Amino acid sequence: MTQTVMKIEDLHLSFPVSRTLLDVVQRKPGKSVSALNGVSLELKQGETLGVVGESGCGKSTLARCIVRLYPPTSGRIHFDDQNIFGAQARKDRTYNRRVQMMFQDPYSSLNPRMTTGDILAEALRVHEMRPEAEIAPRIAELLDLVRLPQDATDKLPHEFSGGQRQRIAIARALAVEPEVLIADELVSALDVSVQAQVVNLLLELQERLHLTILFVAHDLRLVRHVSNRVAVIYLGRIVEIGDSETLFSAPSHPYSQALLSAAPSLDPDNKGAAIQLEGELPSPLNVPPGCPFHVRCRHVTDQCRKVIPELRKLEGRGEVACHHAEEINQHA
Amino acid sequence: MTDSTVTTVKASKVAPSRLQLALRKPGFMIGVIIIGFSTLLAVFPSFFAPYDPNFIDYLAVRQAPSWAHPFGTDMLGRDALSRVIHAYSVNMQMAVLATVFALTIGVVVGALVGYYRGVADMIFGRVVDAIITFPFLVLVIAVVAVLGPGLINMYIAITVVGWVYYARLMRAEVIAQMGNDYASAGIVMGYSDRRIIFRHLLPNAITPVIVYWMTDMALAILLGSSLGYLGLGAQPPQAEWGVLISEGRNFITTAWWLSLMPGIAIVITGLGFSLIGDGLADLLRPRG
Amino acid sequence: MTDHPILEVENLCTTFSRGDTALPAVRDVSFSLGKGQVQGLVGESGSGKSVTLRSILGLARQYGEVRGSVRWQGQELTTMSERQLRKIRGREIAMIFQEPMTSLNPLLTVGTQLTETLKAHTDLGRKARRDRAIEMLDHVGIPAAASRLGEYPHQFSGGMRQRVMIAIALAASPKLLLADEPTTALDATIQAQILDLILKLADEMSMGVVLVTHDLGVVAQTCDTVSVMYAGRVVEQGDVRQVLQTPRHPYTEGLMRSVPQDVPPRTQLYSVPGTPPSLFSLPEGCAFAPRCQAAGPACQTARPMLQDIAPGRQTACFHPLPATQDDAA
Repeated sequence: MTQTVMKIEDLHLSFPVSRTLLDVVQRKPGKSVSALNGVSLELKQGETLGVVGESGCGKSTLARCIVRLYPPTSGRIHFDDQNIFGAQARKDRTYNRRVQMMFQDPYSSLNPRMTTGDILAEALRVHEMRPEAEIAPRIAELLDLVRLPQDATDKLPHEFSGGQRQRIAIARALAVEPEVLIADELVSALDVSVQAQVVNLLLELQERLHLTILFVAHDLRLVRHVSNRVAVIYLGRIVEIGDSETLFSAPSHPYSQALLSAAPSLDPDNKGAAIQLEGELPSPLNVPPGCPFHVRCRHVTDQCRKVIPELRKLEGRGEVACHHAEEINQHA
Repeated sequence: MTDSTVTTVKASKVAPSRLQLALRKPGFMIGVIIIGFSTLLAVFPSFFAPYDPNFIDYLAVRQAPSWAHPFGTDMLGRDALSRVIHAYSVNMQMAVLATVFALTIGVVVGALVGYYRGVADMIFGRVVDAIITFPFLVLVIAVVAVLGPGLINMYIAITVVGWVYYARLMRAEVIAQMGNDYASAGIVMGYSDRRIIFRHLLPNAITPVIVYWMTDMALAILLGSSLGYLGLGAQPPQAEWGVLISEGRNFITTAWWLSLMPGIAIVITGLGFSLIGDGLADLLRPRG
Repeated sequence: MTDHPILEVENLCTTFSRGDTALPAVRDVSFSLGKGQVQGLVGESGSGKSVTLRSILGLARQYGEVRGSVRWQGQELTTMSERQLRKIRGREIAMIFQEPMTSLNPLLTVGTQLTETLKAHTDLGRKARRDRAIEMLDHVGIPAAASRLGEYPHQFSGGMRQRVMIAIALAASPKLLLADEPTTALDATIQAQILDLILKLADEMSMGVVLVTHDLGVVAQTCDTVSVMYAGRVVEQGDVRQVLQTPRHPYTEGLMRSVPQDVPPRTQLYSVPGTPPSLFSLPEGCAFAPRCQAAGPACQTARPMLQDIAPGRQTACFHPLPATQDDAA
């Protein structure tokens, strides 16, 4: 029933930071930002997988890596039993047709000099989705699909609001009839009242078109609402992954617990004590050994400092990457 | 059932069109008029010039400006006004030919280097460093010295040296544009590099280059005239402003109008291009 | 609303002109703030919340026309000269912004920026200023404060920079803090820390706070009272518990319902149809009417004014939502 559509195996991605002349003279190796430090994930057909984490955790990097904007330093991504970074897969455009992405910034994700019609027609033509005669009607269909008025065809991006631009971006992604959609902070830049509209559209489209969605966001409430499963990322590693409702009502990893408790509740009477984390997020230039979270964790032990915990299934919950998950959650 | 219950009437509906905006800029309009007129003179010199610029009349040598000869006559009795007018053809041509090839090469190289970066970018960087270290004029003269004087060689020399300035500018703009998500979207959509560079990045990156081109045309006229003055560009008896100034330089005290008038023509035409360049920056910017 | 208000805003109107068009960014905003009270200004883009804040301090005057009254401890700020206002800014009223990277001078050390403020607004000598700077940095939770005086803003993380900005703002012990989206650019875990810090300091220093945000959760957790703004006007105002738990204005209710809370997952969320209007084309009558389900004919032509519907509770609506039993006091 739940067939795996994409398999991510031990993905590592480091961005080299330029070496100064001093480094060369002192024979120091160049520094690099370790954005992804071993991410393994399976995306199941038809699900919405939410990905949460704070800035710098690597969730956007993961999204961009999946659509091949960045090649990984090591690790693999399999789609349809093919390594997407293999020489063969890179040559043809099929992967681009089947896995698409929408970006966060509605003000830079559309070419300011192209009309909506141009943008959509280009997508249709390059991938030969329709014969020339059917392009205009198909554009009309796509506009309908994302609930934009038909007169949007001849308008330039600056004539639209942020929410409308995101719809155009969605239409562009849908023009090639993908199976998987990667939404990288799709609604983060939009007003609250508009966010709900776009999220509703996404949910509806998923049902109609049987899409699989990877929903990267930092708004926890939204992610909880939209996702079937959720993955929590910290310093380039998944620290917890599992069913959305279960994870949100009973997070198991200390970081997930802190993160979820930090989100301000809408209830003025519920001034819940946010779990205070010590210290600051370590720099991705210097990822600490062992568990990436150990520097700020209240339950840290020697083992945490030395050994990287792997994701393992916790009874009645999802998978957690923590050496002491059972003890920490005894009370829950 | 579309979600446009409230159509956000954006500013553009009440904002003026680009043409209207253009008309409201006096500087720009003056520039357009100057260059428009200059182009007319360049294309139809015989229509505007009262005399044949090469008609030698030893009886009318070095006459001061008069009704018959508004700019006077030169040392060979030729009407100075007609020569200045005929020079428009050469000098306006110079503005275009000395720049347009550098522009084309620079834009293409700059866009490719800005997009692909890597080794090509490093090499490009060194080439740019090598060329811009030298004063522009000195390098051009050096190339002309190798190729020999003449207009065509002058164009080649200026192009060979000048393309790096366009390329540098284009490269910077392309890199800036690539920071926008629409470029990433193009890659994710599976568009070819060619399409992304020329269909998406270039139109958005080229505005500063076009503005620079206008200024460069003014500079090209200056440069071409300088070379003409030095005898390295246009050759006498061809009517070209630099040549005319050179011809008149021995008579600065006695027939000062011979060098002055072509000089004024250079200034006014250069000003025209500059004014257009200034106004274009605003007009070409994408809305919103 | 309060017995001895330190800040009284009455019918504040700020209009920007773009060529021939007048953009009414803020219209008839009125509220008052007592000592130690935290007032929230919440709204979406175009609601005028940031402009209101800037108008209070006279920062909007160079761009637009400000009318109405802003009384700070009895003094009328809108008619003051720049020179007089400068004496108040920093010393009595302080402001912090959303983006600490752009509001801190990247070329000056943190210590310099702190002592600069102290020099401008206090009579402390050089050593005293330095000591106070260290004290402030310590107070806002920057570890090893003394050693960090000589560092530049880029050497601090986002959360730390925000703390530095708070330290600078509060160095001269002002009585009013204006905070424009101070935590919007920060991560959730840091956001909680910064908000707690602001509240703690406000309490210690008996400072009033006006907090601008678009996040209802932030309002719920930090504010005593809240004003909900839409298209430049206040549409609802009152005690935060009452406004959030039993909203009377359809927009407030719409906002609360749009948040995915206590809704079965993966179902369609409630959303207020349409989008906030652009300042260039505000509808006649109530600005919210085109999106409002309770709108009647009067709403299209006349603008509802802010009125008391209960003690300490105001709303600007011709058809406010009915009160419930809990909404008594």
